[in-house]
Amino acid sequence: MTTGILLQIAQTLLAILLAPLLMGWVNQCRAWLQGRSAPPITQPYRTLRKLFHKDAVIAHDASPLFRFAPYMIFACMALAAGIVPTIANDLPFSPAADVIALVGIFALARVFLALAAMDTGTSFGSLGARREMLVSFLAEPALLMVFFTASLISQSTELPIIVETLAHREFVIYPSMAFAAVAFWMISVAENARIPVDNPTTHLELTMIHEAMILEYSARHLALIEWAVALKLFTYSALGIALFLPWGIAAQGDFNALPLAILALVAKMALGGAVLSFMEAISAKVRLFRAPEFLGTAFLLGVLGMLIHFLLEV
Amino acid sequence: MEAHLGDIELTLTPQEGGGAIWRFALEAQRLPSFARAIREEGGQLLALWGSDDRHLERGFAVHVAFLSSVGLIWTTSDLDPERPAYPDLACIFPQADRMQRATFDLLGIRADGAVDERKWLRHGAWPADAFPLRKDFDASRPASHDTDAYPFIRVEGDGVHEIPVGPIHAGTIEPGHFRFSIIGDRILKLEERLGYTHKGTEKRFEGLDLDTGARLAGRVSGDSHSAYAWAYCLAVETATASAVPARAVWLRALFLEMERVANHLGDLGYLGNDVALAFGFMQFWRLKEDWLRLTARLFGHRYLFDRIVPGGVALDLADAGKAELAALADRIETEVGELKAVYDEHAGLQDRFANTGIVKPDLAARMGLTGLAGRASAQAWDARAQFPQAPYDELDVNMATARKGDVLARAEVRFAEVKESLRLIREILRRLPAGDIRAPLAPVSRVCEGLGWVEGWRGDILVAVRIGADGRLDRVHAHDPSWQNWPLVELGVLGNIVPDFPLINKSFNLSYSGQDL
Repeated sequence: MTTGILLQIAQTLLAILLAPLLMGWVNQCRAWLQGRSAPPITQPYRTLRKLFHKDAVIAHDASPLFRFAPYMIFACMALAAGIVPTIANDLPFSPAADVIALVGIFALARVFLALAAMDTGTSFGSLGARREMLVSFLAEPALLMVFFTASLISQSTELPIIVETLAHREFVIYPSMAFAAVAFWMISVAENARIPVDNPTTHLELTMIHEAMILEYSARHLALIEWAVALKLFTYSALGIALFLPWGIAAQGDFNALPLAILALVAKMALGGAVLSFMEAISAKVRLFRAPEFLGTAFLLGVLGMLIHFLLEV
Repeated sequence: MEAHLGDIELTLTPQEGGGAIWRFALEAQRLPSFARAIREEGGQLLALWGSDDRHLERGFAVHVAFLSSVGLIWTTSDLDPERPAYPDLACIFPQADRMQRATFDLLGIRADGAVDERKWLRHGAWPADAFPLRKDFDASRPASHDTDAYPFIRVEGDGVHEIPVGPIHAGTIEPGHFRFSIIGDRILKLEERLGYTHKGTEKRFEGLDLDTGARLAGRVSGDSHSAYAWAYCLAVETATASAVPARAVWLRALFLEMERVANHLGDLGYLGNDVALAFGFMQFWRLKEDWLRLTARLFGHRYLFDRIVPGGVALDLADAGKAELAALADRIETEVGELKAVYDEHAGLQDRFANTGIVKPDLAARMGLTGLAGRASAQAWDARAQFPQAPYDELDVNMATARKGDVLARAEVRFAEVKESLRLIREILRRLPAGDIRAPLAPVSRVCEGLGWVEGWRGDILVAVRIGADGRLDRVHAHDPSWQNWPLVELGVLGNIVPDFPLINKSFNLSYSGQDL
């Protein structure tokens, strides 16, 4: 149990510390694909350090919720990162929440972010919050469909059992998971505010979704939110890896497999980040009202995955 | 000389040596009927401005520049010195509305019967009863501290929101305020409030010598530096009846076309960036940067500032430079062709560009949409092609037009104009006459006036100049095409969604500084 707790702490810390590195890698790949010379991979850490050293500017009519929200959002993302098996399976936190609760944790963070955005009463904040809700109310059910497909295969909504079934039993090809994987990719793009749904690098307030919500934040609050954004991307990547490329995650109590697990994680994340930035480089952002179509397609693919499971795999 | 304008027969005096510009005095009361005749003939109102002529033993005057089939008609109407007023023209040419309001803010010349009498340029920086462009304006009077209570037009109804945007924006762009009335993300109404960059440019011109005036004219809107400087110099050279060496005239056209290429490349990149296709942005800006660096190397300034001067140009082009410029023009043409193929075949980008921000041809004609944006909405006016002055009379410019009036059409006109400008540049380099590049201006001994008209990259740029008997500038008015095009941005976004506004706005890419003055 003690080793389990130590491993849990190690995994959560690893996620928190590595998340900005993944962001830096994605930014680097993007710069290369655009033919620019790239910022160093450690740039997100420097940005965080800079932000933590600044004095926060807070609107006069901001309520305590505005100050509290960044901590809440960061905590939610750190908790989510602890639940998803990144290097080792079946850690003490894992039974605390199954995939449905995980969706709930993401939703909780989002509720706080949207409330904080509306708190200061600026037009951009509520604009962003409204759009975020439009995107997320479509993304959440689609994400659940993906999880259900995986759950049907492993007969459980617990992530460790799903990973155990997919990674450490006899190798089987599940056609349903192919559909679920595409759906998951689309949802991740939308949920992490990436192109083609949102543009994380834009300066045009009127086109923003996620960025519009955090326009009023500065200094440590902004740093926490930026860090949480990086953690979210990391967690989604880990989730994608756990569901669709779980090979390499150490089985319960298998400490010898840990170094290999860490190596596998880094390699898979690097590949995922490169693919993400490539997809971003070749896409234009869709018109905002096309985002529901985009997520509707993801939902449809999720449902198809489930149907195919019943047709072919039962 | 006689000119026929629809049913009216006019005796027009051509402005000496000033291209297709006709000038005559018109009683203020006859302005509306004349404007109507121009409208029926298919012409447009390009600019409207006022002047305080009381020190010349006259009253005030209102000047209007009309675009018609014979060229540019510049009318001057003398007004009463005590109560200067002229009949409203905005009911005939809606684009006159803001120009009339600005003329009142600056000179106190009223448009009788105008529907919209709200202030336009005055943001409370000077008191409502002070008119800065009057000669007797007292600049030592303390600035007004009135709050800028500007009555925006409100849209009422269930679920209607207002989003105020600006004047401070997140990017390094000029200030302007945009008031959106929306339902969900759909735009019901947009109202612009500009004038935040009012610098008193026209007042600053007063009393400057002619060379310094050229420097200031070029800085009215920095992205159109060569167009403004050329228009100013044309006006001064017409007023003083000075001749310009042929080589200088050709070099001026070279500068203007180089400016057009640089701006169009930048805008095509920005259009890609605004739909998050950063690849297009980086590629076009790489080409623009190559262009600007070569410009700087050949002419000593990236944006060719102060290279066009009264009487000619300030810097010559060596033969080695010619070859280098022609080679870069060739390379850019090839690369732009490749990038156009990428834009044309990118489904996501085409989906965002097509049918976004449509200005239909009839609306464009009614509101006087001009320049590049006008040509994308089937308003086939291009001074270089229709009323060519030297050296364009020997260059046979092909006008680029499109009919749809959406973001895609404005991008396509830009692509076509880059290609045409690069052809013109090569042609100019090939045929550049030898000789001097600058001649002294003829001396000034009496009050004289002139108007310069140049097709800048954005549209028609006009500079009207009056030189006093002492040889210094007495009144200068610089007109930017943004005056008539800004209202079309308000109308073009209707029915679109808020996140598409930046893209539509960028496809027009209008000047704030040029219209705020």
